[in-house]
Amino acid sequence: MSDVVEPVVETVELQHGCPVVNSHGQRVLLVARDKYVAVVKALADEGFDMCVDLTGVDYLNVENRTVGADIVPERFEVVVNLLSLTKRERIRLRVQVPENDATLPSLFDVHPGTEAHERETFDMFGIVFEGHPDPTRILMPEDWDGHPLRKDYEQGNIPVQFKGAHS
Amino acid sequence: MSTTENTFAAAGTSEGGQELLSRSELTAKELLREVGSVLRMSESEAAALGAVEHEAPEDQTMIINMGPQHPSTHGVLRLMLELQGETVLRCKPIIGYLHTGMEKTGEALTYMQGGTNVTRMDYLSPLNNELVFSLAVEKLLGIDGDIPERAVWMRMLLSELNRMSSHLLFLATNGMDIGAVSMMLYGWREREEVLRFFQKVTGLRMNHNFIRPGGLAADLPAGWRDDVLAILENLPSRLEEYDILMTGQPIWRERLQGVGAITAREAMALGCTGPILRSTGVAWDLRRDMPYLRYDDVEFDVIVGQYGDAYDRYAIRFNEIRESMRIVYQILDRMPSGDYRIQNKKVTPPPRARIDESMEALIHHFKIFTEGFKVPEGEVYVGIESPRGEIGCYIVSDGSSNPYRMHMRAPSFVNIQALPHMMRGGLVADAVAVISSVDPVLGEVDR
Repeated sequence: MSDVVEPVVETVELQHGCPVVNSHGQRVLLVARDKYVAVVKALADEGFDMCVDLTGVDYLNVENRTVGADIVPERFEVVVNLLSLTKRERIRLRVQVPENDATLPSLFDVHPGTEAHERETFDMFGIVFEGHPDPTRILMPEDWDGHPLRKDYEQGNIPVQFKGAHS
Repeated sequence: MSTTENTFAAAGTSEGGQELLSRSELTAKELLREVGSVLRMSESEAAALGAVEHEAPEDQTMIINMGPQHPSTHGVLRLMLELQGETVLRCKPIIGYLHTGMEKTGEALTYMQGGTNVTRMDYLSPLNNELVFSLAVEKLLGIDGDIPERAVWMRMLLSELNRMSSHLLFLATNGMDIGAVSMMLYGWREREEVLRFFQKVTGLRMNHNFIRPGGLAADLPAGWRDDVLAILENLPSRLEEYDILMTGQPIWRERLQGVGAITAREAMALGCTGPILRSTGVAWDLRRDMPYLRYDDVEFDVIVGQYGDAYDRYAIRFNEIRESMRIVYQILDRMPSGDYRIQNKKVTPPPRARIDESMEALIHHFKIFTEGFKVPEGEVYVGIESPRGEIGCYIVSDGSSNPYRMHMRAPSFVNIQALPHMMRGGLVADAVAVISSVDPVLGEVDR
């Protein structure tokens, strides 16, 4: 492991009006919710025309979290991974989604491939994607209560009964 | 933009403006041939529909379920098909039957134990799952540049052999689905040869947990080179047999050519990767385009199709076996000697001999297997080329020894979104060929 301490950079780099951070050699854009679709569209024009992944993170237990310049951390975060086949480059978007209004516009029209990812994120975190053509659960049963990947959703235990075991 | 260009672009024809739209202006409607391919209907809505009348009008459609227990659905995939006679109009893949919350489980396991969890996702290429997980953890630890050369080349060897075993199983299941049952037996037989080698190296046929953060669990056993060479020498003549049995055979071609075609733009819009994307003519292979391990040091070709149909996808996987063999030959020539894992007492356990003589080593050994190792705060996404496409691992660490969030971008999960678009307008019998050509592994679809 290297002991080199990276110097604190004062100036914040901006791309499409969003602060850019470097995370292990990958460009990460910290996008505000109202600019989200516009930024994805602008990036699509720049060549990032493939959305490989979209997922959520629940930062319920993390206190004093800092995300980046001028970005207020919220409980949920949606992480979008875009790929440019022509530039051979990845870019990641992180959008803060507040707990009391857990909604985000859907990317379906720009990247139809996010349909399953957004359904999964809704299923697992309860984040509603507005404008999604089929906002239903995908992995859990339709009548399931709760969203399993939320941090306040307890990990369940099913007692296993072994045949013939002494109890 | 000059004025002449502007007037040219604005010139409308009887079909409307003909200028090319920029990518951001394209909507799902333009990206996909038919947005209507996907049947968006819930269970209750489907249940509320009446039965087909006895003397139904010709345009009446019928909704039937295919699966979840169906020999051609590769596990427990269920398809809700809207049929008009024998023709598939719309379809909806229904998944989740194998969902066991592996991403949630991953949050409770340490980075040390995480390998046992992720290896069970795509059970046909377990070593690729472990590899992407390990690469992500190593990146967070900041040791991704310090992995010993031998470990890197061993990882490549195992990854390529795993690609071969996965594609051989594809040949088997694809043959079975199309009706070439003898191919099924041959494919399983060939795959078993590779799995036998895995058993010798890792101790298990599947779910190895062999590639771990920091390197590998053990060194290659004595005589491994002969075992690999035996596989490599055995395969070419057999692959030629399968070429005769299937590739050139008129029935096989009739059954696959032109079936389940998809365009490059559709495949990219739907996020498809791997052989599905390559079958449409897009030469995109992460091993070549975003090299990891030492793939930039070996020579191989990226196999690309042209028509995006089931036949292209079959041919691509078939020839990728040969390319993987080519890579494995180069790995055999260049396998360096050295350590098979990084000697970092914070990440990997000390060598067995050190435990007998050093109290400190014993403590480190104990701590690594009980508490695990701590990973600095941060988040990282790593994507590699699995036999099915891009498998990605997104890890958020809060500085403890468990991942705060561990997400796997499973290629099959994304690829099965293409099923409705491939099946649209085809026959029910072709639906089987289409599912087979996508080669989904339900373990990683549902996770």
